[in-house]
Amino acid sequence: MTVSIIRFGGSNCDRDAERALEHLGIDAEIVWHEDGLPEDTTGIVLPGGFSYGDYLRAGAMAARAPIMEEVREAAREGVPVLGVCNGAQVGCESSLTEGAFTTNESARFQCEPVYVRVERDDTPWTRAYDEGDVLEIPIAHAEGRYEVDDDRLAELEDEDRILFRYCDEDGETTPEANPNGSKHDVAGLVGDRDTVAVLMPHPERVTLPDVGETDGQGVLRGFAYATE
Amino acid sequence: MSLADSDRELVVEELGREPTPAEAALFENLWSEHCAYRSSRPLLSAFESEGEQVVVGPGDDAAVVALPTDDTSSADADHASGRADEKEEDVYITMGIESHNHPSYVDPFDGAATGVGGIVRDTLSMGAYPIALADSLYFGAFDREHSKYLLEGVVEGISHYGNCIGVPTVAGSVDFHPDYEGNPLVNVACVGLLTEDRLVTAEAQEPGNKLVLVGNATGRDGLGGASFASEDLAEDAETEDRPAVQVGDPYAEKLLIEANEALIDEDLVESARDLGAAGLGGASSEMVAKGGLGARIELERVHQREPNMSALEILLAESQERMCYEVEPKNVERVREIAEKFDLGCSVIGEVTEGNYVCTFEGETVVDVDAHFLGEGAPMNDLPTEAPAEPETDLPETDLEEAFEAVLSSPNTASKRWVYRQYDHEVGVRTSVPPGDDAAVMAIREAEQGLAISSGAAPNWTSTAPFEGAKAVTLENATNLAAKGATPLAAVDCLNGGNPEKPDVYGGFQAIVDGLAETCADLSVPVVGGNVSLYNDSVAGPIPPTPTLAMVGTKSGYDAPPLSAKPEGDLVLVGDLALERGEFRLGGSEYLAQFDGDDRFPVLPGEPAAFVETLADVADADETLAVHDVSHGGLAVSLAEMVDEDAGLAVSLPDGVDVEGALFHEQPARALVQTADPDAVREAFDGVAPVVELGEGTDDGRLTIDAGDDVLEYDAAAIRENRSVIEDELE
Repeated sequence: MTVSIIRFGGSNCDRDAERALEHLGIDAEIVWHEDGLPEDTTGIVLPGGFSYGDYLRAGAMAARAPIMEEVREAAREGVPVLGVCNGAQVGCESSLTEGAFTTNESARFQCEPVYVRVERDDTPWTRAYDEGDVLEIPIAHAEGRYEVDDDRLAELEDEDRILFRYCDEDGETTPEANPNGSKHDVAGLVGDRDTVAVLMPHPERVTLPDVGETDGQGVLRGFAYATE
Repeated sequence: MSLADSDRELVVEELGREPTPAEAALFENLWSEHCAYRSSRPLLSAFESEGEQVVVGPGDDAAVVALPTDDTSSADADHASGRADEKEEDVYITMGIESHNHPSYVDPFDGAATGVGGIVRDTLSMGAYPIALADSLYFGAFDREHSKYLLEGVVEGISHYGNCIGVPTVAGSVDFHPDYEGNPLVNVACVGLLTEDRLVTAEAQEPGNKLVLVGNATGRDGLGGASFASEDLAEDAETEDRPAVQVGDPYAEKLLIEANEALIDEDLVESARDLGAAGLGGASSEMVAKGGLGARIELERVHQREPNMSALEILLAESQERMCYEVEPKNVERVREIAEKFDLGCSVIGEVTEGNYVCTFEGETVVDVDAHFLGEGAPMNDLPTEAPAEPETDLPETDLEEAFEAVLSSPNTASKRWVYRQYDHEVGVRTSVPPGDDAAVMAIREAEQGLAISSGAAPNWTSTAPFEGAKAVTLENATNLAAKGATPLAAVDCLNGGNPEKPDVYGGFQAIVDGLAETCADLSVPVVGGNVSLYNDSVAGPIPPTPTLAMVGTKSGYDAPPLSAKPEGDLVLVGDLALERGEFRLGGSEYLAQFDGDDRFPVLPGEPAAFVETLADVADADETLAVHDVSHGGLAVSLAEMVDEDAGLAVSLPDGVDVEGALFHEQPARALVQTADPDAVREAFDGVAPVVELGEGTDDGRLTIDAGDDVLEYDAAAIRENRSVIEDELE
């Protein structure tokens, strides 16, 4: 099993994802976007960073790179795909997931730990947790405010697509606990299949025990669960 | 500004003819204060820059320092992980620091952003991968709208650039002082990582090798930046000098970082230099001068983004995100392929020769000079100095509670969360101790070492007493590292001063150089590189002499004691010489800055090395619960910073002590240690530094200071409210 971490020009969390996955015993390799998806890909990470310098719109240029057609095809076939931060923006821009992540309410870049509540525990990405668990995972973005039209959001919620919501330490969603003004506190969601997920917080930054807490390990373990 | 008459005479004498316009412009820029350190170099010999850990000292793009190989601990770790034979190459770090002061005044966003870009490329040109940034920023009084505008722009510029290139900003400092009103300072340090086999220098190696320019296309931006940085800021600088400010493209820089890594992976680079001050002319001539060689460059081969550029413009433009590589002819094609993969421009502009440094443009020779004379021929200035005056003593009468709150809510001592929250300080997954603590700690897994980083200066200190203040800045940075259990390894400095032609300004500058040098030597910390920025002077007057020091230290393991107190455990204060003596000097304190007083600077410890070493040991002891350096704002602020909702502190000052003195004096080389075993701390510091038991942790989240007739009492929320002035004002 090898997880492909797609590196675009400007990706900068690709090595971090590789290190974190390897720590969990999950084989991973960084794939340059122009080289195409390797045949033996059993999982895909769209890593954080500033693909194409975020010029035009965060994630917009990378979403139109030829490799994304291969990623969408793989996703349709059930290959697990995880988009983190800029990767989440790319995921929405390329219709792997719905909605968009846009400029924070503060209009500033925010790097800080936040709490998220696990909304479902029956996806590969959350199987390690229980519904209602509160995880502390850092964010680092200027454009993380989840936006989608109200009707569609209601449908997404009906379809149980919301994976994580920002919350306080006790698991309550409050305006103060929502760091960027995301609609309905959405921090992450799944696509048409549960094997495709995007989130703004960085699980790879809370995976390595030698630099701190490890609340994010379960998310990355999703690659192992998904292929069991 | 043009080439000074006396310099022109020297050039004419050397060349035996009048310089061409391109040559005159090259000499003007490379012989400027910014590039040639004409006023400061005579002073810089005070620094001790050698040590067994120093691989490359001052004079290259960045310094290179070997990380210690901790034989015992690494052997254990290797054994545990079963990877004993993986560690072969020595692991090095690079350290560099740069100022981008004048550009940041004129255009705070782009000025600060390109400052980050420049120091990162200095890291690349040593073959290293950048792993950490530290920014020390200095602005005029925070209540001035213009200061806030500059702060917002500078922080946004650093955030924009540093975040995008994926290099975490983990440390730094922000200070406010009225004398920066007309001239803010932006000092940026970068730490890079490499193994010994990847080391590259700026010294050209072999005639016949090609010079290859990789990166952004050259435009007319930043023309004359080096000479712009070498004169006082004019009143109309914000409008008139904008063309001298470069505009950065962090996306191109990120591509350059990865392309550089690929070039080093494949061993394609013989020597390298980034294009900074004085552009292509500066970088290429310095490379060949270092190798005792020459070059032949065809300027029209440079890839350009504007039409009809002249030879002089191509030579001196400071367009960003460009590197000059010396490449063996057989490797040129591969370098071109790698540049292409990363969408970077690439042009083979000429080659290394044994002759002069020669540039041609469309067949015509526009520069033909000896590279060594160009780089090293600038005459040094021997300027008169005037020793700084000793401050008088004139202490204000204050109400204790009012004083406590004024000092705690001063923007200088207040929380800088508003700043570092805008920096990605975790990308790279090495940050073990993030900003907001005494020092950052990074995991250098390649060497199994924790790397602690501290950067800063203290304008209140050095404006009161430049010499003692600079010594104190050194002690303060070393204490920051030791508080997190690290032993200092090396430092780089960024020396900022006003117009050196004013004897009192130059005297103050000399004093900060001597102060830093003396205390770094006392601590056996080699000063391996640095940067000098003079002419930080405007109609508002000179800046305080400002010696930013970025110091790194190492420790085994990546974790460190927290800054925050625990609900239980005794609190001791170590190193407070004034408290032991019962005689306090408040000079340089935030307390006097708030209440307009004067006093002499605190007495500093005579033998600080033992203090730093002992504190580092104590910090890592099992019984140690929390450690916090005591500095800006004195004991009062440090105590308050340790309190949060989960843990409080109940403290009693010794009977009969001068309360304002004890709480607000700012003698460095002190720390608060919370411990389960105060006797062990006392024993460790026996004969090294005084230890005073102050009180203990509580579970009520309150700070209580029993000061004889007065009792100060604040809960965590009140402390936070006082400390949040910057974010309250700017959110």
